[in-house]
Amino acid sequence: MNVESIISSLYVFSLAAFLGYQVISKVPPLLHTPLMSATNAISAISVVGAIITAGSQSTVSRVLGFIAVTSAMINVVGGFMITDRMLRMFKDKIGGGESGKKEAGK
Amino acid sequence: MENILNEVLIPLSYLLASILFIFGLKQLAHPQTARRGMNLAAAGMLVAIVGTLFHHDIISYELIIIGLVLGSLIGAGMSIWMPMTAMPQRTALSHAFGALAASLVGVAEYWHALHSGQPIEAYKMTALGFEVLFGSLTVTGSLLAFAKLQELMRGTPITYKGQNVLNVSLFALAAFIFVYLIFDPAQTTLFFIMVGLSFLFGILLVLPIGAADMPVVMSLMNSYAGLAAAATGFAINNKVLIIAGTLDGFSGFILSILMCKAMNRSITNVLFGAFGSPVEDTATAVQGEMREIGAEDAVMQLAYARQVVFVPGYGLATAQAQHVVRELGEALEHRGVQVKYAIHPVAGRMPGHMNVLLAEANVPYSDLYELEQINPEMPATDVAVVIGANDVVNPDARDNPKSPIAGMPIIEVDKCHTVIVLKRGRGKGFSGLENPLFYKNNTRMLYGDAKASLTKLVQEVQHA
Repeated sequence: MNVESIISSLYVFSLAAFLGYQVISKVPPLLHTPLMSATNAISAISVVGAIITAGSQSTVSRVLGFIAVTSAMINVVGGFMITDRMLRMFKDKIGGGESGKKEAGK
Repeated sequence: MENILNEVLIPLSYLLASILFIFGLKQLAHPQTARRGMNLAAAGMLVAIVGTLFHHDIISYELIIIGLVLGSLIGAGMSIWMPMTAMPQRTALSHAFGALAASLVGVAEYWHALHSGQPIEAYKMTALGFEVLFGSLTVTGSLLAFAKLQELMRGTPITYKGQNVLNVSLFALAAFIFVYLIFDPAQTTLFFIMVGLSFLFGILLVLPIGAADMPVVMSLMNSYAGLAAAATGFAINNKVLIIAGTLDGFSGFILSILMCKAMNRSITNVLFGAFGSPVEDTATAVQGEMREIGAEDAVMQLAYARQVVFVPGYGLATAQAQHVVRELGEALEHRGVQVKYAIHPVAGRMPGHMNVLLAEANVPYSDLYELEQINPEMPATDVAVVIGANDVVNPDARDNPKSPIAGMPIIEVDKCHTVIVLKRGRGKGFSGLENPLFYKNNTRMLYGDAKASLTKLVQEVQHA
């Protein structure tokens, strides 16, 4: 790996850190639980690395990659679905909807 | 053609995914746009996954497809059938899964690089080291947090002599091996010892942290899981992993700081303080006695109040009483009482726990008030109802500089005209601290299971 790509990775990291700070400070405490499950789902992007590992030649890599794909995918699908389920419940006084009632019955 | 796909199209799909992630998180700033934002982020994830499936390094697809399908099914099942009250446990578990994926990719990458015949560069070894260190300690730390939240083991801090010394030396050893490996990556045994040490360190780190400090632990694990993913991005030179991992890492970091501020403690203090275990009770010699109140009398207070504030705590979640609280609130509003809910940032077991719980019970979020918003209103409030909360309303935090929770901002229910505390029994709270609030002249105790007590109150209000 050449120095140039290392530096450009550090750029991306630093800028993402600043951006993350700006964006996430604006999330109200009301939504902190959905925020946590959403960021968790997003960081399951490591599934991308896991897919390549699971498709490689060596058996060791493939088995490890398979477990990694599975557990990352649990977070991708589970994380986004449960975040949506939570967000569906947050209602202002005016807009009460049916979805909320269904949820409340559980 | 092949080259255009791998060198242009796949990276572009990652760029698109990164943009969608950032837009998605930005929309989380408001409950009305939040769902749309999450759909954007999910679309970004889909784009990245589909793009990756065309990668030229992939030789066989069987295990990939099985893993994708299996993971999706488990994830979907968990999110459909997991009750809302189990949200902290689910989140702890998902931190473990995310970190496991990152550390396994790290181990596989190390293995692959080792057998590729070329020496592992120092840069790559550094990234891989961070990846498996953060990843492994998050796996076991989160699993332990899960066990504590699921009450598979007791939630109180577990401490022993020399704990901090052991933890620090263990960490130092792992760090030493890490540095050694950067210079000599071929030491396979050392690499696996480092992985093992990180697993062990995760357990030892969470062991002494009590249930009431869980919001901090959850936020930290959130952060570490993200940083592990970011380190993966460095190791395999993939920018979308760096971006998404860093966003998660910083989100968790910000939440940890907010939680610590809400308890007036430093992160070091939460991690190494073993709060609440050797309880020295420095509570101001509590004077007076606790005064009990019956449901009928409580209802008289509530039904004729102008403003009632509910203060929920973890007890509300354990009693599954969120729906009954909403019923009581509605019954009171029906009589013209102004009803509000006061949410302390560290009430419950994870950031925002109480908000989700009340949202589930259909309480509109416009009725939920943060600490700073509600405290000025307290002197003008007729009745505050404390449900399963303890430390967050403990006036000792404000009045007694010697208290272990001194300086922690509290919801000042003691300034209300009357406080009704719903409590299971006469014992102390999770932190084991005496709460002078219970002995104040304007405080009345309503003993019993929160759900049963509240149900009774609802019936009485409807007949009052």
